[in-house]
Amino acid sequence: MAEKILTRNFHLPGSHTLALYRETGGYAGLEKALAMKPAEITEAVKRSNLRGLGGAGFPTGVKWGFLPKGHPGPIYLVINADEGEPGTFKDRYLLEKDPHALLEGMIISAYAIGAHVAFVYIRGEYVQPWRIFSRAVAEAYEAGLLGKNIGSSGFDLDVIVHRGAGAYICGEETGLISSLEGKKGWPKLKPPFPAIRGAFGAPTIVNNVETICHVPHIVRRGAEWFASLGTKTQGGTRLYSVSGHVERPGVYELPVSVTLRELVYEHAGGVPHGKRLKAVVPGGSSAALLTADEIDVTLDVDGLRNAGTMAGSAGVIVMDETVSIPEALMVVARFYAHESCGQCTPCRESTGWIYKMTRRIIEGRGRKEDLDTILDVARRGAGTTICAFFDGAVGPYISYIEKFRHEFEALISK
Amino acid sequence: MNARGAVKVEFTPEQLVEVRRLQGLYPDRRAALLPVLQLVQDVFGHISLEAEEYVAGLFDLSPAHVHEVVTFYTLFFREPKGRHVISVCHNLTCHLLGAQQVLTHLKKRLGVEVGGTTPDGRVTLLSVECLCACEIAPMLQVDDRYEGNLSGEKVDRILDGLA
Ligand SMILES: Cc1cc2nc3c(=O)[nH]c(=O)nc-3n(C[C@H](O)[C@H](O)[C@H](O)COP(=O)(O)O)c2cc1C
Ligand code: FES
Repeated sequence: MAEKILTRNFHLPGSHTLALYRETGGYAGLEKALAMKPAEITEAVKRSNLRGLGGAGFPTGVKWGFLPKGHPGPIYLVINADEGEPGTFKDRYLLEKDPHALLEGMIISAYAIGAHVAFVYIRGEYVQPWRIFSRAVAEAYEAGLLGKNIGSSGFDLDVIVHRGAGAYICGEETGLISSLEGKKGWPKLKPPFPAIRGAFGAPTIVNNVETICHVPHIVRRGAEWFASLGTKTQGGTRLYSVSGHVERPGVYELPVSVTLRELVYEHAGGVPHGKRLKAVVPGGSSAALLTADEIDVTLDVDGLRNAGTMAGSAGVIVMDETVSIPEALMVVARFYAHESCGQCTPCRESTGWIYKMTRRIIEGRGRKEDLDTILDVARRGAGTTICAFFDGAVGPYISYIEKFRHEFEALISK
Repeated sequence: MNARGAVKVEFTPEQLVEVRRLQGLYPDRRAALLPVLQLVQDVFGHISLEAEEYVAGLFDLSPAHVHEVVTFYTLFFREPKGRHVISVCHNLTCHLLGAQQVLTHLKKRLGVEVGGTTPDGRVTLLSVECLCACEIAPMLQVDDRYEGNLSGEKVDRILDGLA
């Protein structure tokens, strides 16, 4: 069994408390970090090959490097805890079971990028995680780990916990920033990227919860150690959320070089009731579907990209042979139709109409031309919108239809 | 109560202190709009048009801006809701593992459709997108709590526990 890093304390009672976090070596990374130069930390994060674990897989150290040098005004760190990608639930575990790991990562990261205010944007439905995390923030203030002159280092950091109010699009980093600013969560055109002009007009780094939880370990145990856990282009372990038709659904922390077959069969126990595997969504609902024959792929960002899908949020949804793929697509299409923010015409219109078409196919009113219309609309719309939301919808539209076209056709010709 | 049966929307002095505190947290006070709307909903149960205007006044924002924000987010209620809100997840994993049966069972037990509130004002029933607890699918949220691995009996027990 590979070493657990982010989940090592999950099974311990009181894992969310400062006392236990400290007992198990917590905040040792911070002490080391505060004795380093900020630029050295960014360098270490670059060398570690840590890649963003929120969805896009962008190299974290490289992103930090985009901040303007010697910026005179404030710089913000924003933690994306808006976890909303269907099939994903790992950030909820991190917030509830190890909130101090996130806080330690935030203090180190803020120090590295020169931020003195950090926001944590937690999805509104996560009431329990929000309570637990907020308690950890209060504990950290009392212990002098937040506020002024942290650990007598002269470094100051305030943490503001901000709750969302129900909207998947607020997980997209510029939509999140709009929402944090008190507006509806409309994404913004890039460039300028948030690192140049983000929250409140200031240079801003947005990172996922899990990404930041890795930072203390990189500082403490070294970039080379972290890099060696993964593949050539992505370091570390990652939390895989596994759900659907498996014996043991849950969060699995594994090196990113693990294969989808190993994850489903060895770790999650395989498909229950002796049923056969039909398909797997490897990276949250926006990732293209893989068939049962396509699961011998490694689950790192590049491995899944080469397989024509994406690592996304590492939400793995397993479907057995009884699943109707057209019905699954209708459920997924309903989600994108409901969550489109309505700003860009191709996304607003296509998600709505494609949902209606999938529904009529299920209801036996499908038309022969429907499948090609969906594929055409999806292909034409991809890449034309302000944010990647629609591209995420295109992943399932195209892959479900292309890989299981016969199932759709059988419903249409009925 | 006014003509529409709505409660007059006005914060107490203590609540106004909280509004000022929230506004002071952010580099731009307008960023406190979401938390203040949450406060309105906690205090008054929902966010009426009158409440939107009141909040707009607290921020020097136009009522139209506040309306735009309120209508964008699913957790803001513009009509009175039940004492409890049950939101059944209908996204992919929950769908695969029986969300529809859960919803059918709840509709029957409560005698309401999705979006409806029981006549006694006890429960509002909703059907929502992924709550990101797919490992316990099929699941639902009841007020602040997540409940998963649902069966008919478990749903009944949850209902029995609601005042
Ligand atoms: C539609 C959409 C939804 C997203 N939802 C989330 C989310 O819930 N959580 C998250 O961390 N990133 C989400 N992202 C990715 C963010 O835009 C951003 O890339 C990420 O927060 C950056 O952090 P990272 O580099 O640490 O991954 C989403 C992106 C898109 C396009
Ligand atoms: S699909 Fe229901 S919680 Fe994710």
